[in-house]
Amino acid sequence: MKFTEEHEWLRVEDGLIVVGITAHASEQLGDVVFIELPDEGTEVVKDDEVVVIESVKAASDILAPLDGEIVEVNTPLADDPGKVNEDPMGDAWFFKMKIEDMSVLDDLMDEAAYQKFIG
Amino acid sequence: MDDLKQTALHGLHRELGGKMVPFAGYDMPVQFPLGVMGEHLHTREKAGLFDVSHMGQILLHPKSGDLNDAMRALETLVPVSIAALAQGRQRYGVFTNDAGGISDDLMIANRGDHLFLVVNAACKGADEAHLRAHLSDICEITAIADRALLALQGPMAEDALTTLVPDVRAMRFMDVLTVDTVFGEVWISRSGYSGEDGFEVSVPNAAAVEFARAMLAVDGVAPIGLGARDSLRLEAGLCLYGSDLDESTSPIEGNIAWAIQKVRRAGGERAGGFPGADRILDELKNSPARLRVGLLPEGRAPMRAGTQIFADAASGDAIGHVTSGAFGPSIGAPMSMGYVATAYSATGTALWGEVRGKRQPVMVADMPFRATTYKR
Repeated sequence: MKFTEEHEWLRVEDGLIVVGITAHASEQLGDVVFIELPDEGTEVVKDDEVVVIESVKAASDILAPLDGEIVEVNTPLADDPGKVNEDPMGDAWFFKMKIEDMSVLDDLMDEAAYQKFIG
Repeated sequence: MDDLKQTALHGLHRELGGKMVPFAGYDMPVQFPLGVMGEHLHTREKAGLFDVSHMGQILLHPKSGDLNDAMRALETLVPVSIAALAQGRQRYGVFTNDAGGISDDLMIANRGDHLFLVVNAACKGADEAHLRAHLSDICEITAIADRALLALQGPMAEDALTTLVPDVRAMRFMDVLTVDTVFGEVWISRSGYSGEDGFEVSVPNAAAVEFARAMLAVDGVAPIGLGARDSLRLEAGLCLYGSDLDESTSPIEGNIAWAIQKVRRAGGERAGGFPGADRILDELKNSPARLRVGLLPEGRAPMRAGTQIFADAASGDAIGHVTSGAFGPSIGAPMSMGYVATAYSATGTALWGEVRGKRQPVMVADMPFRATTYKR
């Protein structure tokens, strides 16, 4: 699993990148009450705002971690946003994306580096 | 952060895992480990204990010894009937300014030989100065600095407080009572700001932690932070001064005309005679240009403070804006309140709110969003 400085996690699954937010981020956000997910088929550029997430405290944007295409979206999450607090690293993934060059993952943090980052 | 003030319960908040934030000059808990949503639901299901010691507690003693003098004097600053306030009763009011706006909202209690006011934390210095400037000839004005104020709210509040003060069971909504206890003299009102039955208890600072611990020791009572206090009051349709009411908003626009009794209105025995009476009485007669309303967004996206409201899906200027908005844990949906042009203020009017550049449907709705459970 890889991590961004925006507190996203990325996992490679069947040649696609699964993206969600970390447990640390979900704790900081507080109870999540609303999620707006992108449409499947959306082409994104790194740092595009792709997901809107609102907690009891505030609205936050989730940025595209890499260039690529959104190929699958976790639609049920929009009806059960609290899942982001319950299982942020598992069931509460946001979307799966297809990227051209898997080697860009090497530039991201591994778990040890992320733990140090949020330290 | 060392310029922030602390309440008598500050150490207890830290001990209980409170996440502290600056609020109105005080270091206050926004949430405890239960979290905003959990604390909100806990208060509605059981009972929540809130520290509201940052609010101002002010006593008005009539210099003549005749409470009527203090009541009449206070009526020159608020559009509320105080002279008719019975001993042992409390009522809601507002301080108005010369432009007919609201400089604070407050609770006013008749405690026999004096009046007791509870005012907002952010306004308490200005309120005290305002009272001193206008009422000093008639009243002894005392700003209380040595008492904490705690709110106990929720369906289990009565049983919980009864374990310490048996007399509270007989109280009704907006009754006030002074009782000698092991915590010293406590001043209790059956009121609060959550929409739930409950109490606010003024207790000497020296005994505040001991009192709070005794309350928290009762099964079902949990500490609640300012985050849940805000979502609870919004579900109950209650205004937050500084957001939903302010210096430019009249009580009529603010839809709290109910707080202005007939006797203070045109034709009443003590009509007018408060700051801004011309504008306020005119708006009562001719209706104001805008009104505070409840707003229920369609879908799940909250419309927060500052969201512009439109009559139309595409064109036109904004006809209003949101002043408070959040997700309502007990109603399971987003909720807002705000101001719209009076022509669009009828319940059921379909409007649009602009969220992140997109207009989303929102409906004018009755408040409270969740029925209140006051013990009347």
